[in-house]
Amino acid sequence: MENIQQVKMDKGPRETLAMDPVKFILWLFLVSIIMLFASQTSAYLVRRAEGNWLEFEMPKIFWYSTGVLIASSLVMQYAYFAAKKDQFNQLKIAISITFALGLAFLWMQFEGWKQLVDMNVYFVGNPSGSFFYVFTGLHGFHIITGLIVLITALTAAFRLNIHSKNLRRIQICTTYWHFLDILWLYLFVFLLTFN
Amino acid sequence: MSAVEGMETAHVDAHEHHHVSQNFWQKYIFCEDHKIIAKQYLITGIIWAVIGISMSVIFRIQLGLPDSNLSWLKPILGGWISETGKLDPNFYLALVTMHGTIMVFFVLTAGLSGTFSNFLIPLQIGARDMASGFMNMLSYWFFFLASIIMFGSLFLQTGPAAGGWVIYPPLSALPQAHPGSGAGMTLWLASMALFIVSQLLGGINYITTVINLRTRGMSFDRLPLTIWSFLITAVLGLISFPVLLSSVLLLIMDRHFGTSFYLSDIYINGEALPNVGGSPILFQHLFWFLGHPEVYIVLLPGLGITSEVIATNSRKPIFGYRAMIASMLGIAFLAFIVWAHHMFVTGMNPFLGSVFMFLTLIIAVPSAVKGFNYITTLWKGNIVFTPGMLFSIGLVSLFVSGGLTGIILGNSALDIQLHDTYFVVAHFHLVMGAASAFGLFAGVYHWFPKMFGRMMNPTLGQIHFWFTFIGIYLIFIPMHYVGIAGFPRRYYQFTSYDFTHKFMDMNMFISVAAIFSFLAQFIFLWNFFYSIFKGGRAPQNPWRSNTLEWTTPIVPGHGNWEGELPAVYRWSYDYSKPGAKEDFIPQNIPYSQTLESNFPHENELIATEKAIEAQNFNDQFNSH
Repeated sequence: MENIQQVKMDKGPRETLAMDPVKFILWLFLVSIIMLFASQTSAYLVRRAEGNWLEFEMPKIFWYSTGVLIASSLVMQYAYFAAKKDQFNQLKIAISITFALGLAFLWMQFEGWKQLVDMNVYFVGNPSGSFFYVFTGLHGFHIITGLIVLITALTAAFRLNIHSKNLRRIQICTTYWHFLDILWLYLFVFLLTFN
Repeated sequence: MSAVEGMETAHVDAHEHHHVSQNFWQKYIFCEDHKIIAKQYLITGIIWAVIGISMSVIFRIQLGLPDSNLSWLKPILGGWISETGKLDPNFYLALVTMHGTIMVFFVLTAGLSGTFSNFLIPLQIGARDMASGFMNMLSYWFFFLASIIMFGSLFLQTGPAAGGWVIYPPLSALPQAHPGSGAGMTLWLASMALFIVSQLLGGINYITTVINLRTRGMSFDRLPLTIWSFLITAVLGLISFPVLLSSVLLLIMDRHFGTSFYLSDIYINGEALPNVGGSPILFQHLFWFLGHPEVYIVLLPGLGITSEVIATNSRKPIFGYRAMIASMLGIAFLAFIVWAHHMFVTGMNPFLGSVFMFLTLIIAVPSAVKGFNYITTLWKGNIVFTPGMLFSIGLVSLFVSGGLTGIILGNSALDIQLHDTYFVVAHFHLVMGAASAFGLFAGVYHWFPKMFGRMMNPTLGQIHFWFTFIGIYLIFIPMHYVGIAGFPRRYYQFTSYDFTHKFMDMNMFISVAAIFSFLAQFIFLWNFFYSIFKGGRAPQNPWRSNTLEWTTPIVPGHGNWEGELPAVYRWSYDYSKPGAKEDFIPQNIPYSQTLESNFPHENELIATEKAIEAQNFNDQFNSH
């Protein structure tokens, strides 16, 4: 045994690299979402550079919805810490709050659309408006998928399937939710900068 | 020792239990075993290939023999053949479009990657199955659904999509533009969206499996080149397919919701459409950001299969193993920054054109490295001309001769003359179509014994190779001349132009060669399906190959290896090693058993063998 240790020390073969496959799949899935939005935003820039571009002020409500989404992300992180410490009540409450904030975010995005319509910025019309709807719509769609993931985590939490020895599900849920948060921040800043 | 045995029996028990619980549906239809999924992909791909190539024969008859009476096709094509036996011009465009779509996506992407990534990745890295069998199963069934929709679109009264496989708007965006731009295009887009989902599910699985589920000792520098090529292909797909999804989404919105992403200032019959402010060039940018990597998604698996087959059948180590990996990585990287060479004539800034031209021509460097390495691997080898080997050598030939015309087309100045002519058609059919198809054939001939436990008839395989190889060149070499002469692609007929008259016999020659090559494929089809049921029994290791798949039972069950997974001690190219008893040493033979052939640095590695054996199994079915 010492011998083996010795070999490992000086030039031993490293263990074959292996991570948790499920989490790895999640990260690759995130890569594909990143590419989807990267292509959308670069299409936006290419189109914008060609001129004939309607400029409009982003409704204030999108600032508030951004705040709500950041808050939901923080609560999600709290849920993760609670799961780590086996504090089941806090875990359930935190996930529920995250879910509620996610729903609130979606509702605010929808209100934002209504305000855009009031400002005469339509989905059908100048591409600058269309792109705005497409970005928020596609992100909203991903938020819905995130909410579905949250529901599975929530039911697991109520069945006491999430605890300090079984964190994979809540980790995946947290990663995805944070990702959606960061994705929205990117889109938000992008749309503010290149309006 | 007894503990190990106990573990093994427990393991085998677990297996038997697994087998018993599978009914017909789980075993053959919604199966999560990568080997069955690979066969599903292969059979579906073959069916699509027959459909796709038949289409090309029909339009080749139209082009080469414009006076022929096509009434005999009425039972299949019905109303698309007129009373006088002429092919409907609109349907001709649909045929060209569907041929491109089917061959690029359904045959050479799904049929090639889907088959061999699925089949070989777990077998060659020593894994029980893919990282997620469920996602893998889902991937195939999304592909199946996409296939059904695409197939269904062939039977629409207005015909399938007809705007070319690149579906440029406004042609594809406006139902008024062409009969095929109506329901046919809608189904095309729906089918492709599902296809993209399928490719992403599959690709994510391939990457995860290669990186995380390798067996003990299978470090990256011992991976067979096939696996490297599948890994890089999957990464290309992961990065580029979402971009196609993006462009398809915007096109769907333009078509169905009235947005103007790609449409602007269009008049139809003197009436202006409401769309203002869109850019059709934007679609081309998005499309070719996928479209160019797609070329390598199609080709790289073929190159990987070829590396493996050539090394095995030359009985020599692959020349420049690391250079092969580096050149594939180089090609993959360059694939993302050359897309605009498809758009030289869109009015792009000439300076930008020269940048893209420069980047495009750099691809010749890694490609030449690969060509050189194949030839040097063959050099002075003890070549065994199996059908798989012949097709691999054929691939190298096609890759070189098709690649050379790529250097010509990559020049933005020359492209002004050659753009959208048959020169382009000949170029990409050689380097991407035929070369990848040869990779597919090489793979099928080489791994057929592992897939079905039987051998294909080698003589028929060799006849199939020579007919196909000669046929391909007879089609595409003359096609270059036709292209230089100025024949534009996608034209229904060339009878009404003066300059085309003196090439009519050449066009006829191409068509006859195409029909000949098409008929030659039936030799393969017969050989393939006959051998599945009646072929001779395969021995354990028919090609005397080094890779891990030949250490499994001849027909591996679910889980691939009985007992524990093999450990890997060396790379997969120890062929004809000086001093060795046999001319091949499989990857799972430790250096301590081959003292007579070890190099000094390999003798030092003997000390590490115990450490490798003590490592984790990465065994999904039996995690320790």
